[in-house]
Amino acid sequence: MSPELEILAIAVVTAVAAALPGTYLVLRRTAMVSDAISHAILPGIVVAFFLTQNLNSPLLLVAAAATGVLTVVLIEALIRSRLVPEDASIGIVFPALFSIGVILISRHASDVHLDTDAVLLGELAFAPFQRLTVGGIDLGPTALWSMGTILLINAALIILAWKELKLATVDASLAALLGFHPLVVHYGLMTMVSVTAVGAFDAVGSILVVALMIAPPATAYLLAERLGPMIGLAAVIAAVAATMGWAAAMALDVSIAGSIATACGVVFAVAFLMAPERGLVAQARRRSGQRVDFAVRMLLVHLLHHELTPEAAEECREDGLYRHLGWRESWTRKVVGKAEHRNLIERRAELVLPTDQGRRVADAAVIGFSDS
Amino acid sequence: MDFFGDYTLRVVALGSGVLGAAAGALGSFAYLRRQSLVGDALSHAALPGIAIAFLLTGSKAPLPIMLGAALAGWIATLAVRLVVRRSRVPYDSALGMALAVFFGLGLVLLTWIQKRPDAAQAGLESFLFGQAASLLREDVVAMTILGAACLIVLALLWKEFKLLSFDTEFGESLGRPMRRLDGLFTLLLVVAVVIGLRTVGVVLMSAMVVAPAAAARQLTNRLAPMVIIAAAIGVFSGVTGAVLSSVVPHLPTGPTIVLVLSTVVVVSLVFAPKRGLLWRWIRLGRLQPAAALEPVLMHLYALAQQHPDEPDHGHGLAVLRTMSPVGADLERVLGDLQARGLVNAVGEGLWAPTPIGRREAEKNLDRVVGS
Repeated sequence: MSPELEILAIAVVTAVAAALPGTYLVLRRTAMVSDAISHAILPGIVVAFFLTQNLNSPLLLVAAAATGVLTVVLIEALIRSRLVPEDASIGIVFPALFSIGVILISRHASDVHLDTDAVLLGELAFAPFQRLTVGGIDLGPTALWSMGTILLINAALIILAWKELKLATVDASLAALLGFHPLVVHYGLMTMVSVTAVGAFDAVGSILVVALMIAPPATAYLLAERLGPMIGLAAVIAAVAATMGWAAAMALDVSIAGSIATACGVVFAVAFLMAPERGLVAQARRRSGQRVDFAVRMLLVHLLHHELTPEAAEECREDGLYRHLGWRESWTRKVVGKAEHRNLIERRAELVLPTDQGRRVADAAVIGFSDS
Repeated sequence: MDFFGDYTLRVVALGSGVLGAAAGALGSFAYLRRQSLVGDALSHAALPGIAIAFLLTGSKAPLPIMLGAALAGWIATLAVRLVVRRSRVPYDSALGMALAVFFGLGLVLLTWIQKRPDAAQAGLESFLFGQAASLLREDVVAMTILGAACLIVLALLWKEFKLLSFDTEFGESLGRPMRRLDGLFTLLLVVAVVIGLRTVGVVLMSAMVVAPAAAARQLTNRLAPMVIIAAAIGVFSGVTGAVLSSVVPHLPTGPTIVLVLSTVVVVSLVFAPKRGLLWRWIRLGRLQPAAALEPVLMHLYALAQQHPDEPDHGHGLAVLRTMSPVGADLERVLGDLQARGLVNAVGEGLWAPTPIGRREAEKNLDRVVGS
């Protein structure tokens, strides 16, 4: 594989691995925890690095993941003390831990090949240089293997604990009542988030981890109605965004992580505008449809009211309708056209008269009003 | 060390102090409105604005860059508001997404700028991680003007912002333009965040907004003292951090300021009068033994009532244990009760209430039944 394709493979695998736990974060309204964890793992990485002197040691992963869980424990201890609200607890804990990490790095800058930029921003372009070799055989980039393993573990955990995760997410009290231990599920999920963030940090940086954990699931949330399809969609969207971002970064020769994060935003923006049920366009169309429906009904009620009365010749004349209804002329023409198209009215001479079907609609509208 | 003689230190400390005051005061309102993480989102979202301002002006003059940063942050908050209002995506997801996506876009622009054969672009990254040491006199002047403007607006619209923080609906019913005030408040917060980017950097800016407010909140229940204390904590931490990092080698300014702030938060969480954890533990420690004693005494009294003719009829531990919560230290509680003369050991593992204990139990009963 060429380095470019290897980068693409790492990006896609990382994106899907992050989208899986991310779906639950979005649904549980704890999305900002991903931000906190992805920053707060820094001191764990640094300390483990001091101990092992090896950036690829598995101990690094364990220590950093443990720091991630510690972050969650600290945040929740603050919340439980009821002295600090939830959002502020997050905002206090992770900068403190991150600061410790930065200070540790700069105090020992001379003997650490670790730098804050790399952790925050990541450099996907360098990921293919770290190779996994077994017995002299090159098996591909290390990051691909580590993220692939994390992806499989995440997928396996979600399938195995499907019921528990789902119930603890939608109804924590019921889950507790049925003996599902929502707290265990919660910390399990947080461990998953930590491990994923740690695995991804040196390849893609902590900010992209946040984008990948939140944006694809949030996009899927606009499109899906059920948990299963939502997770599936989130994974597909993550892969698509990663590919788009990668392609753009290759073409423009810019930061790959930044480009993928931007692509995540673009995909979300498209869904936000165009989603079939929930998009802004669908909302606007629904609203204007309702407006026309309502106007048609008002027109029919007006016609029914004056039909067979002496004033009908005046009140139901097509060219006078707009005055009686107090509408603009163009809007009136549009509404009359719609009503005729739906066979609710018919034109006779200069008059507009309701059809039988139109009478029924008008009756229903009036009854609906008198009911409410 | 000569504080007044060292020019760089004076500039850095002044800048950090200004930042601390503005972020502390405005952060108090954000904290009360449960918008503590907006600072975090704003500071990340400012990055593309910085890059675009640089692309347009070709210089790193503080004012255009700050303006660009503020504009980008402001657009990000508008985007968050739009998404929350018009879709079912929850607030925290929208915030996190805006943060990461804007930051990613900023990164793209920054790497694109860095490719240009243009020496002027060097140093733009200092906005990412903060480089207090690179602050110049003109930076601090710009920061002071903006910070002072924020605080003046805050003072002028004090009552309105108070209303916004505590009872928006009431404000609306009074006919105050609450939505516009909300927008204005966000703008002030944007400015405060932008002031701090060069000093503490993107990641740590959120602590400058949240931590002083959190510490001040423990010390008072009133808004005005809280804002003043938060601003004072901000100034103290900013200046202390700046001085510390100049005295100790290899101690970066931003993280040092944040650690000083975190220490202040921990101290006030533990030691704050009335609210503090220390007082809570002391109170609990005083209450707990007494609270454990009463039920056991009442159980023993209830058992004794079944043998009205034998005041010294003993009751076994096993019975008492079934009546008590799981894991209760029954032996210790009985020992305490005996020390107070309320119960007596009448045999091996057998207990009975004393006459004083019975009277005490009847008093308790009266109190419960009587109320």
